[in-house]
Amino acid sequence: MDLTAIVFYLFSIVTVGAAAIMVFSKNIVHSAFALMFSLAGIAVLYVLLYADFIAATQLLVYVGGILILILFGLMLTEQAVTQKFKAVTVNMLPASLLAAVTTVLLVYAYATTSWQMVMPEERSETVYDLGILLMSDYILPFIIAGVLLLIAIVGAILMSTRLTAIKNEEQ
Amino acid sequence: MELMITPWLAEPGLVHFLIVSALLLSLGLMAVLSRRNVIMVLMGVELILNSANINLIAFSRYTSLSLEGQMIALFVIIIAAAEAAVALAIVLNMYSRFNTVHLDEIDSLKG
Amino acid sequence: MFTQLPLIILVLPLLGFLLLIFLGKRLPRKGDWLAAGLLITALALSLSLLISKLAGQPDESFTQTFRWLAIGTHTIHFGITIDNLSAVMLVVVTLVSSLVHLFSIGYMKDDPRYSRYYAYLGLFSFSMLGIVLTSNLLFMYIFWELVGISSYLLIGFWYEKKSASNAANKAFIVNRVGDFGMFLGIMILFVNFATFSFKEIFDLVEAGQLPYGSTGWLTTAGLLIFCGAIGKSAQFPLQVWLPDAMEGPTPVSALIHAATMVAAGVYLVARMFPMLTADALLVIAYIGAITSFLAASIALTQFDIKRVLAFSTISQLGYMILALGVGAYTAGFMHLVTHAAFKAGLFLGAGSVIYAMHQVLHAQNDHHTDAQDVRNMGGLKSKMPVTYYTFLMFTLAISGIPLTSGFLSKDEILAGTLAYSTLNGHWLLPLLGFVVAGMTAFYMFRLLLLTFHGNPSDRERISAIKESPLVMTLPLIVLATVSLFVFYSFNPFGAADGWLYQAIERPISMVPNMLQPVDAGIFEEAVHHIHGTAMVLSILFALSGILLAIGMYYWKKIKAENLVQRTGVLYDLSFNSWYFDELYDRIFVSGLFLLTRISKWFDEHIIDAIVNSSAWVSRGIASVAGLFDTNIVDGLVHATAASADRAGSMLSKIQTGKIQTYLVYVIFSFLVLFILFI
Repeated sequence: MDLTAIVFYLFSIVTVGAAAIMVFSKNIVHSAFALMFSLAGIAVLYVLLYADFIAATQLLVYVGGILILILFGLMLTEQAVTQKFKAVTVNMLPASLLAAVTTVLLVYAYATTSWQMVMPEERSETVYDLGILLMSDYILPFIIAGVLLLIAIVGAILMSTRLTAIKNEEQ
Repeated sequence: MELMITPWLAEPGLVHFLIVSALLLSLGLMAVLSRRNVIMVLMGVELILNSANINLIAFSRYTSLSLEGQMIALFVIIIAAAEAAVALAIVLNMYSRFNTVHLDEIDSLKG
Repeated sequence: MFTQLPLIILVLPLLGFLLLIFLGKRLPRKGDWLAAGLLITALALSLSLLISKLAGQPDESFTQTFRWLAIGTHTIHFGITIDNLSAVMLVVVTLVSSLVHLFSIGYMKDDPRYSRYYAYLGLFSFSMLGIVLTSNLLFMYIFWELVGISSYLLIGFWYEKKSASNAANKAFIVNRVGDFGMFLGIMILFVNFATFSFKEIFDLVEAGQLPYGSTGWLTTAGLLIFCGAIGKSAQFPLQVWLPDAMEGPTPVSALIHAATMVAAGVYLVARMFPMLTADALLVIAYIGAITSFLAASIALTQFDIKRVLAFSTISQLGYMILALGVGAYTAGFMHLVTHAAFKAGLFLGAGSVIYAMHQVLHAQNDHHTDAQDVRNMGGLKSKMPVTYYTFLMFTLAISGIPLTSGFLSKDEILAGTLAYSTLNGHWLLPLLGFVVAGMTAFYMFRLLLLTFHGNPSDRERISAIKESPLVMTLPLIVLATVSLFVFYSFNPFGAADGWLYQAIERPISMVPNMLQPVDAGIFEEAVHHIHGTAMVLSILFALSGILLAIGMYYWKKIKAENLVQRTGVLYDLSFNSWYFDELYDRIFVSGLFLLTRISKWFDEHIIDAIVNSSAWVSRGIASVAGLFDTNIVDGLVHATAASADRAGSMLSKIQTGKIQTYLVYVIFSFLVLFILFI
C-alpha cells in the first residue's frame, strides 16, 4: 500500500467513525464535535481528490462557520444541560431498516456499474482554473448564489429579530 | 480470496470514495429519521450534503466531468451555508413558540 | 545549524501551548514545569545560536524559505532569517519569557485557570519569536496579529472583572487601528514589488524602483508600516491602550512591556530601516520624542505602582523610536535590549510587592484596600530586602546612573539625538530627550521612595508583609545581574566598544540618494564629537531629578501638596493622562453616534418618502386588478379548492403531524422506486 492508500483508509475510517459517533451519541454536544471531526476528515478526502480549494472551503465554511452556527443553536436552545434522561430517538426500527437498505442498494449499484473513467488529470492546483470558470461560464450562478446568501442573511436576521420582539412582549 | 482482496484494498479508486459517501449518506439518513432533536436533524442534513459533495468531487477527478464537478460542489457548500443560517433561525423561532426542540412533540397542524 | 535551530526555537513554545491547552489539567502540577522547561530549553538554544553567530564576524544573514502558497502567478514563501539583530532579539525574548514563566509559578499559584495561563504564555512567546525570525512582511503581519490575539487573551485573563475584559478589548481595537495602516503599507509594497520578502524589497528599492514611481509613495509606505509600530509599541497617538493593559496578571505585564509585544514595534522599525526615507525617519523621531515626553509627564503624578511603570514603558519606547528616527540605530536597539531586562525586573518586582500585599490583605479579610496603590505601602524595605535591592538596581538602570546598563544605552541615544540636532537643527528632539531623562529619574525614585521607604500608612498591615518565595525572587536577581554594565560593554562610560555595538551595525539605507538619512560615517563622527557633553548633561539631568524626588519624599523639604496647587492645570492634565481617553471618546465614539443619527434621518425622510409614493401608485393598480380577481379568478379557485378539500379530508388520516414519520414514508417510497426502475 502506498501513502495515498494509507491516508485514504485512515481518514475514511475517521470520517465514517466520527459520523457514526455523531448519529448514535446521546450527548448532543459530543455529536457536534464528532461532526467536526467528520467534516475535517472529508476535507482530507477532498485533498486526496486533488480538490485543494474545495478542501479549504470545506474547512472554512463547514468547520469554521456552519458548525459554529450549530453550536450557537445548541447553546441558545439550552439542550446541553436539560432533559438528559429522555430517549433521544424515535422510529428507530424503520429508520435503521431504511438506512441499511439504502447502503446495500447504493454499494451494489456502485460496484456493479461500469464507470466510464478517464485517466486522472494531474493538477497542481485548481484555484486558478476555478477562478476563471467562476468569472466566465458560471458567472450567473455565482451572482445568484450571492443574492441567495444575502436573502438568507436578511431572512435569518428578520426571523430572529421578530423572536426578540415576541419575547419582549411576553415580558 | 486472498488475491481478490489485496488489489481491492491497495489503491483507492472511484468506487472507494463512492462507498464512503454511501456510508455517510445512510448515517445522515439515520440522524434525520431517528433523532428527536431538531438540531441533530440539521446535522444529519449537513452530513447528507457532504456525502453528495464527495460524490461530485470523486466524479470530477475520475471521469470526464472534470472541474465542473468541483464547481457544483462549491455551490452546494454555498447553499448549505445559507440553509444552515435560515434553518437555525427557524429552530430558534420554533423553540420560542413551542418551548421544545423535539420534533415529535411538535405535531400541531393547522385546520 | 543556522537553518534548523531557529525553527526548533520557534516551535518549542507552540508545542507548550498545544500540550497545555489540550492536556493541561491532566498533567502533573498542571504543566507549569513543562512550559517553563520548554522556554528554558529555547533560551539555551538561543544563547548557543547567538554565540556561534557572534563568532562568525562580520554580520551575515542566513535565510531559509519554504514555498507556502501559490496564488495565480505569485508564490508566497515562509522564511526564516537569522542575523545578529534577530539572534540578539531571540535571546532577549526567551530570557524574559522564561523568567516570567518561573515567576508565575509563585504569582499565579492559586489561580483556577493555571494551566491555561501557561498555555497563553506559550502562544505569546511563540508569536513574538515568529515576528523576530520571519523573513517577509506577510508573515510578520500574521505573527503580529497572533501577538495581538494572545495579548488580548492574557490582558483579559481575569475576564470576570469588567475592567479586565474592557482593557483587553481596548488593547485589541486600538491595535487594529495601527495594524490597518500597516496592512495598507504592506499592500502598497506588494502591489508594486510583487513580493513580501524584506530582502527582495530592499534590493528593488536599491535598484531604483519606487512604488508608483514616486519617492512620496516610498515615504508613505514606510510611514504606514510604522503605523503598526505606533499601535503595538503604544506610541502617540495610540498610546491609550497600554496603561489599561495593566489589568492582566502582573507577570504578563512584565512580558508585554519588556520583551514581547511593545518591543515588536521597535523591532519592526529596525527591520524596515533600510527602506525608510529621511522624511519618514524625521516623523518617526518626532513621534518618539512627543510620546516619551507625554508619557513621562503623566507618570509624574500616578499613584498606582503598575500605572507608573506602564507610562515609563511608553516613555522609554518613545526613546527607542526617537533613537531609530535620528539614525542612532544601534543605540535604539541596545536600549530595547537593556530596557527589556530592567523593565521586566521592575514589573516582576512590582508583582512581588503586589503579591505580598495581597497575601496580607487576604489574611486580614480586607477587600477594599487597593493592593497596587503606593499610598497604601511605604516602609517595605526591611520586610522585603531582596525585592527592595533588586528594585533599586532597576530604578538606577532606568534613571540612567553610571555603571548600569540603562546608562550605556540611554547615554548613546541622547548623544545621537544631540548629534542629529547639530547636523540638522532639530533642537527640540534633544531638549525633550534630556527633560524626559530628568523626569524619568524623578518619578522612578518617587515610586521607590513611596513604596519602600517612609512611614507605613498602616503599621499592622506592613508588619505582616513577608518576602516572596524563591521562584519569584530568583528571576529578580537574574535580571538585576544583567542590568549591570559589564554584560554589554567593559567600559562603563561608553557602549561603543561593547560586543553589542560591534555586532549590530546600522544597515545601509537603500533609498535614493536625495532621500538618504544622514550618512552613517558623518553621524558617527558627530556622535563621537559630542559624546562627552551628552554624558555630562544626561547625568546632570538624572541627578537633579533624583535630588528633587528625595527632597520631596524622603527629606520632605518640599511639600508635594504645595507643588500640586501651584501647578493646578498642569497637574490635572498629567494626573488624567492629558484627557486622551476622554478626547477619543468625544471624537470617535460620539462621532459614530452622530453619523448613525444622520443616516437615520436620511432613512426616515428621504428613502421612506420614495417608498410611500411608489406604494400609493401600486395601490391604485391593485384595486383595478382586485375587481378582476374576486369575480373571475376566485370562482375557478373555489371550485378547485372544494375538490382538494374533499381529497384532503380523506388523506388527513395518515397525517400524524410528525415530520419524521413523513420522512420515513418519503424515503420508503423513494427506495421502492429505486428498486423498481434500476
